[in-house]
Amino acid sequence: MIAVSILNRLIMAAITLFGVAVIVFVLLRVVPGDPIAMMISPGASPADIAALRAHYGLDASLSTQFWLWLKAVLTGDFGTSISLKRDVLSLLGERLPATLELAFAALVLAVLLGGAVAIVGTLARRTVFEPVIDSFNGLFLAVPDFVWALALVLVLGVLFPLFPLSGRIDPSIDAQFATPFYLLESLLTLRFAIFADICAHMVMPVLALGLPLAAIIARVLKAALSEAMVQDYILLAKLKGMSELRLVLQEALRNAVGPTIALTGVQFTFLIGGTVIVERIFAYPGIGNMAIDAVINRDLPLIQGLVLVFGAIFILVNLAVDLLVAAFNPRLAHG
Amino acid sequence: MTTLTRREALSLGAAAFMTGILAGRTPVEAAEAGTLTIAFNVNLPSFDPTTGPSAVNPTIQAIYRSVFDQFIGQGPDLKFQPGLLTAWGWNDDKTKVWMDVREGVTWHDGSKFTPDDVVWSLERAAKQDTGNPIQFIWSTANNYKVEGNRITGDVVRFEPTFFKWMAFLTGYVLPKDYYTKVGTQGFEKKPIGTGPYMVDAYEGNSYLRLKANPNYFGGKPAFDTVIFKFVPDTTSRVAEIESGSSDVTLEIPYEDFDRLKKKSGLSGVATPISDIGMIFISNVDPMLDKNVRLAANMAIDKDAIIKRLLRGYGNALSTLEAPEYEAYDASVKTPYDPEQAKKLLAASGYSPEKPVKFTIKTTRGFKPKDYEMIQAIVGMWRKVGIEAEIEVYEIAKHYELRAAHQLGPAAFYNWGNAIGDPTTSTGFAMFGPSPHSAWKTKDVDDMLGPLWGEKDEAKRIAGWKAAIKYIAEQGYVIPLLQYAQPIVYKSSLKITPNVSGALQPTLVSKA
Repeated sequence: MIAVSILNRLIMAAITLFGVAVIVFVLLRVVPGDPIAMMISPGASPADIAALRAHYGLDASLSTQFWLWLKAVLTGDFGTSISLKRDVLSLLGERLPATLELAFAALVLAVLLGGAVAIVGTLARRTVFEPVIDSFNGLFLAVPDFVWALALVLVLGVLFPLFPLSGRIDPSIDAQFATPFYLLESLLTLRFAIFADICAHMVMPVLALGLPLAAIIARVLKAALSEAMVQDYILLAKLKGMSELRLVLQEALRNAVGPTIALTGVQFTFLIGGTVIVERIFAYPGIGNMAIDAVINRDLPLIQGLVLVFGAIFILVNLAVDLLVAAFNPRLAHG
Repeated sequence: MTTLTRREALSLGAAAFMTGILAGRTPVEAAEAGTLTIAFNVNLPSFDPTTGPSAVNPTIQAIYRSVFDQFIGQGPDLKFQPGLLTAWGWNDDKTKVWMDVREGVTWHDGSKFTPDDVVWSLERAAKQDTGNPIQFIWSTANNYKVEGNRITGDVVRFEPTFFKWMAFLTGYVLPKDYYTKVGTQGFEKKPIGTGPYMVDAYEGNSYLRLKANPNYFGGKPAFDTVIFKFVPDTTSRVAEIESGSSDVTLEIPYEDFDRLKKKSGLSGVATPISDIGMIFISNVDPMLDKNVRLAANMAIDKDAIIKRLLRGYGNALSTLEAPEYEAYDASVKTPYDPEQAKKLLAASGYSPEKPVKFTIKTTRGFKPKDYEMIQAIVGMWRKVGIEAEIEVYEIAKHYELRAAHQLGPAAFYNWGNAIGDPTTSTGFAMFGPSPHSAWKTKDVDDMLGPLWGEKDEAKRIAGWKAAIKYIAEQGYVIPLLQYAQPIVYKSSLKITPNVSGALQPTLVSKA
């Protein structure tokens, strides 16, 4: 039954992804900015321009262009980047891991920090600390990731220069990697100095991405915990003499975590979107940073590939969240 | 042999990790370490300096010129000098080209550089299918023959700027045998040139590490290692130099430039470069009225804009030629004269009460203070009887509209011309058949057309000067200013500013 449910969701995911592909393809050809106009040389004749347009397949009708592109994508051919002159799929394969490592690190930070704040906030209910914690949380919630990024550049980059400002690894390090997952690979191969350097480079972008998400998690989890803490089973456990800390961690958290996972999943997809600006600010070589160049250069094949990847991540994360929520609350599994 | 227990191994790992994290950053000390770190303003999309959009990006030439050599060199003052060619020219009737190839040069892989590399590079650049954006220049000669170290070729169509382009965009010599062997993808993975630096490590959108070429024909460069950090974000570049993480940076806001150069340990230089700011005018209503065009020109106080918005960095221009360009004529001046502008408009029935109305398109953030400049100009225009509505658009849209001759009455843009030839500034901007021109009328085309192939150099330059004067008198374009490029660097370094705007590592040395 669960297998059927997953299959249904996967089919829906594929349909959604197809919808994303259609919308993006059409939008890219409607919005301003012709890639050929940007490539025209000063001495180009109308014939040269027409030849260039034909070379990139932009002279065909919209439906023909889409059909050709879709056929190619289904066979794993995402085309060639106009500006980078490289296979789009291999470019995505190189850059996506950097973004995934960054996003997962930010997610871990957000879950740990947000969870801790929620638990402390719940324990501090009806004390003088509660409004203080809520106010700080509200502040963190109100500041968007790119503002965090700029503030971190100023504070941790310039005033107290503790962490590297840009890049993924120190350019002077001679490190060979067999995979594009630098963080994971350096850890698994026990190259701790390199691992530390990569971590140091991730500190500021991870904080910029993770702090707003931590604030959201803290707020939702704290609300759910507070609600759980007034339930009968908690009061019963309290009467049996269970400590407040154990009540929160062992009893309330189990029931509160479901809605928090659902929300975190949705927010994680926003976090992936946030990498576009944050990666740019910290010159972090992921798909976000590449996406900005692709848009500036009107690199249609690359933008299409990037949007499909963003769409796929969005759909997969939502699928994973549904399954996780169902695992925590089996009653929802068939809902 | 020392053996470690699992706990000891984990402890060691943890210690290394914590040391790495807590070590933070060691500010780079270029003079001592022999490493020059540049916080660069653009990414490097491709290593091939002859094809694709990056080939015509003037800023990226700083990197290309480090790894590759050009047919002909160019000094920081834009003067041409021997490169991989030591001498060059045409025969008397300009039906043949000749080039003497430098001897004793090797590629980065140790193989010998030969005249065949030059011929192959020229022929490759001339082919339409290679996608060289300057193919229209390289295809004006062919049928090359090698005799000793001299190459001769036939002139297909006389192109006066043929040799000048050899020091400019796409004018690079690539390794024939190596490129043929490894192909495009292989070359992108491991590019080699004959230049002063060799590619050592590259992480797209992150950094490029170069090592000094010990066999460089021009002598070993000042730094053993050069690191280009790709930091497109302005705030981050300012932070890179301010925190000591990089030795040099460029293209930062003038406010930051003024602040940083006063800081202890930092210096700054802002020299006029070959980039100019301008407003394209199209031959559509109301710009068909000469009075309106001239009034729009005369009502702009360019010096005030430079002083107030660009903190004094830049030079006001009256033509599309900067002082370093060959056809610059200081006598051609469109004065700032708002009273005369009012009179001209009055002659066409316009006044501040009854203004002439049109739209002006501009980018916002593409060039320093572009939008603010247009805002100021619109304010100046309003005082004389011109009411312009600002439309902000992306640079991609500008290219699209300009190629379709749909820019509208007025549109801000910037233009670069590091070879300083009038064809590359006034020519491409004003000659109707050029896909990059906005004003398209017969009078201008009749003047410019014959100049493209003029064989008498003195006559050619005189012709361009006459055309430039005519264009200014007619007000067919609104030249604004020559930009200055701000560079901030550690005081332990010495920088020779490059008028082309390419911040080449070879122009940086230890103070």
